[in-house]
Amino acid sequence: MSVLIFVELDNGSIKKTSLEAIVYGAAVAKMQNSTATVLAIGPAATDELSKAGAYGATKVLHAAASELNNENALAYASVLADAVEQEKAEVVILPKSGLCDAMSARAAAKLGASVVSGVTELPDLSNGFKVKRAIYTGKAFATVEVKGAIKILGIKKNAVEATAGSGSAEVMTFTPALNDSDFVAKVISQEKASGELSLNEADIIVSGGRGMKGPEHWQPLLDLAGALGAATGCSKPVSDLDWRPHHEHIGQTGIKVAPNLYIACGISGAIQHLAGVNSSKFIVAINKDPEAPFFKAADYGIVGDVFEVLPRLTKAVLESK
Amino acid sequence: MKILVCITNVPDTTAKISFTEDDTKFNKSGVQYIIGPYDDYALARAVELKEQLGGSITVMNVGEADSDPQIRKALAIGADDAVRVNCDPQDSYFTAAQIAAVAKEGGYELILMGRESIDFNSGVVHGLVGEMLGIPSFSPVMKLDIEGGTAKFAREIEGGKEYLEAPLPLVLGCQEPIAEWKIPNMRGIMTARSKPLKVVEPVAVDDMASLEKYALPTPKGACKMIPIEEAETLISLLKTEAKVL
Ligand SMILES: Cc1cc2nc3c(=O)[nH]c(=O)nc-3n(C[C@H](O)[C@H](O)[C@H](O)COP(=O)(O)OP(=O)(O)OC[C@H]3O[C@@H](n4cnc5c(N)ncnc54)[C@H](O)[C@@H]3O)c2cc1C
Ligand SMILES: Nc1ncnc2c1ncn2[C@@H]1O[C@H](COP(=O)(O)O)[C@@H](O)[C@H]1O
Repeated sequence: MSVLIFVELDNGSIKKTSLEAIVYGAAVAKMQNSTATVLAIGPAATDELSKAGAYGATKVLHAAASELNNENALAYASVLADAVEQEKAEVVILPKSGLCDAMSARAAAKLGASVVSGVTELPDLSNGFKVKRAIYTGKAFATVEVKGAIKILGIKKNAVEATAGSGSAEVMTFTPALNDSDFVAKVISQEKASGELSLNEADIIVSGGRGMKGPEHWQPLLDLAGALGAATGCSKPVSDLDWRPHHEHIGQTGIKVAPNLYIACGISGAIQHLAGVNSSKFIVAINKDPEAPFFKAADYGIVGDVFEVLPRLTKAVLESK
Repeated sequence: MKILVCITNVPDTTAKISFTEDDTKFNKSGVQYIIGPYDDYALARAVELKEQLGGSITVMNVGEADSDPQIRKALAIGADDAVRVNCDPQDSYFTAAQIAAVAKEGGYELILMGRESIDFNSGVVHGLVGEMLGIPSFSPVMKLDIEGGTAKFAREIEGGKEYLEAPLPLVLGCQEPIAEWKIPNMRGIMTARSKPLKVVEPVAVDDMASLEKYALPTPKGACKMIPIEEAETLISLLKTEAKVL
């Protein structure tokens, strides 16, 4: 019996949400008197992967076949299922992301496992295996009893804190059999903003709405984001109007984010937008309309013109450094 | 081409969520239901593909009779027939097994779903169904064309897009801007009444997970308003009070 944790890599380093997944998995392993093993797929240096030990893992399986360099959810799911069988893992932890949702789904069907996505807390093992998960796009939670012999959990950002202890994990090469059927799709091309902080990983997000008036007026928002080391997001109309790229669209029909700090600039706070940001730890709303609904969902508010407020905030951030 | 579109019957995006019976049941009273917004994109693209390529669209839902108005709406938008698996699904694996059973029977070339349901937000049913049928699945798909037996599509990835080609059959989870939502017209609404809606009982599936209890988030405290003259103090509050900087 063991806990297996899949980690996502960014240029060979373990992503922050994946470090949280390791901490989560290690905590479950401790509750069950078992051990936590990490699975990493794709190119990475051994000493980067051994850092998983500082977060509670005892060993790391590294699948580095060159066929796996591109994030192919079908192939990754097969590798995950193989690792689960080899390790006889009964609990499998993944950070919640598009890639991980697809992997956990396909691995669950291969293994006949339970799959629960959007878990927000450590499980309660006092009577069965129960987890709390977010439902209704963050507007509610459900306690779910997970009953399969193998349990695959997708962990929401901030479910646990990723604090590093000491220790280093042993890294072993993992060589699963690859199936041709996982490689039927041809990747024709990729358009990817390079060096951009992803919304899924970001601790701070600065986001703009229609109140930003147009794509040519985005600089003050980008400046604040730059000063804070934040990722940038936007409301749906903004991406619909092509003011910002689609992958920045946050909300009910876009990306659901859970940063420590979300700063909304000229966004009214429609319920569909709030649905994507209600898992943020702190929310700041900047809006010239004192009646804007965002103020009801925010922790801090400034009534004012974004074009006046944003440069002043950027200056204050830079001066406080 | 034979297309299967899987739709959820979910509370409207503005619905106030609450629970009854000691937080064990969703409170449906006063709640307006809709086709899941992502599922609605999938349906819209299916209708466009059928216009282009011919064929038929079956719409399906795993749910109780209160899904029927949404199923009828999908028929009015352009689906040809419908299947409802009569039960109250509580778990993705169970739902996927029901969809896979219907899909096997129908022999569809394209199974379109939403990127995620807005009640469970799991984003896993497409992957489960794909694996259960032994065919590839991709999500979230934001552009889709069919040429011969090949799907050419764009998928959102972290920070961008990826263009792919894959042979049919496929399961795809859809999102905007794959198509514009369609509103049923009068003729659609009239003909929908006579289109077949088959109700079938669920196939047996091992119990994988069950919902025990619901909870609402703890309400936010009041918003601290910072006068515009002192906007800069926000930064020190974020440092010292919220401790997020
Ligand atoms: C099914 C469905 C799904 C949806 N999904 C999403 C979603 O995922 N994400 C999403 O964002 N929306 C979504 N929407 C749309 C949502 O209902 C709102 O229409 C949208 O969020 C509004 O965007 P906005 O706040 O940028 O624009 P607006 O509502 O136009 O608000 C602009 C705000 O800017 C303020 N403002 C203007 N000028 C200034 C200035 N100079 N300084 C400061 N403030 C200023 C105004 O007071 C106003 O509050 C969805 C809608 C539906 C029906
Ligand atoms: N009960 C259901 N009936 C029909 N389709 C469903 C059902 N639940 C989920 N789906 C489909 O699966 C997609 C992903 O759902 P989920 O994995 O719950 O986020 C949805 O957008 C639907 O297309």
